[in-house]
Amino acid sequence: MEELLRSILGDTTLVYVIAAALPLLFILPYALVTVWLEMKVSAHMQDRVAYMYTGPHGIAQPIADILKLLQKEDTVPGMADKLLYTLSPFFVFMGTYAAFAAIPFSSAYIGSNIDLGVFYIVAISSLVVIGILMAGWASNNKWSLFGAIRSVAQIVSYEIPTALALLVAVMITQSLNLQEVSRFQEGGIQNWVVFGGPLPLLKKLLLIPFTLTAFVILFIAGIAEVNRTPFDLPEAESELVQGYNTEYSGMKFAIFYLAEYANMFLVSAVAATLFLGGWNSPFGDFLSGPIWGFIWFVTKGMFFIFLQIWIRWTLPRLRVDQLMYMSWKVLTPFLFACIFAVGLILVL
Amino acid sequence: MSSVRTYFRDIWMALYTVAVGMRVTFKHLFTPAVTVQYPDVKLKLPERARNRLYVNIDDCIGCDQCALACPVDCITIETIKSTPDQDLGVTSTGQKKRLHVPVFDIDIAKCCYCGLCVYPCPTECIVMTDVYEFSEFERHNLIYHYSRMTPAEIAEAKEKLKKAEEEAAAKKAAAAAAKPAAPANPPAQAPSEQKPPSAT
Repeated sequence: MEELLRSILGDTTLVYVIAAALPLLFILPYALVTVWLEMKVSAHMQDRVAYMYTGPHGIAQPIADILKLLQKEDTVPGMADKLLYTLSPFFVFMGTYAAFAAIPFSSAYIGSNIDLGVFYIVAISSLVVIGILMAGWASNNKWSLFGAIRSVAQIVSYEIPTALALLVAVMITQSLNLQEVSRFQEGGIQNWVVFGGPLPLLKKLLLIPFTLTAFVILFIAGIAEVNRTPFDLPEAESELVQGYNTEYSGMKFAIFYLAEYANMFLVSAVAATLFLGGWNSPFGDFLSGPIWGFIWFVTKGMFFIFLQIWIRWTLPRLRVDQLMYMSWKVLTPFLFACIFAVGLILVL
Repeated sequence: MSSVRTYFRDIWMALYTVAVGMRVTFKHLFTPAVTVQYPDVKLKLPERARNRLYVNIDDCIGCDQCALACPVDCITIETIKSTPDQDLGVTSTGQKKRLHVPVFDIDIAKCCYCGLCVYPCPTECIVMTDVYEFSEFERHNLIYHYSRMTPAEIAEAKEKLKKAEEEAAAKKAAAAAAKPAAPANPPAQAPSEQKPPSAT
């Protein structure tokens, strides 16, 4: 992609700007669609219909929401730390957006083809924690601070199962570069890491229970990392008003919202790339290529988004101790077992 | 050993119950919604639903029974007697109308929709309809004026009644003058009717 742009525009900084802005072109419409989808799915799960007036089946409602947020007064609490208060939404979005650099959207496009892709994503998405803590602390509001503290505790503890689950996939693919990981799984659905990868049949069969476990755990930890129900303690409406973004209004709130939805896609994309073949077609060479690759990638991502929405509108919120129990006493030991078993199988 | 079993059973139960819950919500995803798109679609009201009051003023005989029955006093009726030379017509039930009704106001903001005014009406001219959308921005708009008499007509009716009363009074006075013996009685009766305060 960069070579293509460079051949058109020459060796200028404009190439980098365009290459860096491309994921944003995806995230913005994606966020609008997902906001609509979330409302619609939640409504139909409760036998309602959600918005119906703005366009057919309320399809233009997210646009109306954005217009409303743009016009809203941007309030800053009097006792808040103005600088940090203003910076934090951008910090949160920056952390999320930076991680998109290492996501291979198709065989032809990856923001930055670095060899430490997975490691980079795990590291850079931790920046979100700092943004959230900044937002909660700078708001000078006890509910916001509680939300921020919970969020930090939660994200820090769930980063461990996430990283360990990623490690299971990385052990099989033998690469941290997500483009390489995707290429490793070429050749149809049976070569995806969740089904053991393109290894000899016996090894595959032995691997499947462990990869499947790691995949499920990665998904659970992903939901926890993006602070969604059943792990939405940081913004538990019934307890903390709205959590760390209680005091935010207008576009700053919108950016938090956008970051949350972008983060949802990020965890979905990482899970899809490492375990479900990324941009690979499930039918081998059939319907493959850079354009189809992008469509497959987005389809897989949106499947996870739907799954997240589905879980959100099914399960109640966990208690804090249950949350910690789950991370430290269930997910982490299971992943250690998985890593041990996968390592053993691969060495044999 | 049993704690290990509990540990694994808990995990299994968590996964199983999550699956059960997700099956339920997935089923509901395809259940038809119960929402009624209200301003566009309206549910049919029950046959005897009580909503906005309506007065068919052509049938009203000004008997004031609805105003008396009203527990919140939201009905105000004023009447003017008609003179013998006026014919106010009959109601649809065949009753002769004897009173002008210059004021028939219902303060629907006060109305409690009990329907008690409907039953006493001898001509069935006050009824509860199925209209329930009548919100207003100004409260005084909720006072419904049912009388169709114009101020000129009211003044005319009042004038006629006054004249008729004056005529009647004049007749009475003339009759009284014709019988001079009549006023002799009251002064004699008065002391016996009014008991002195000390007696009680």
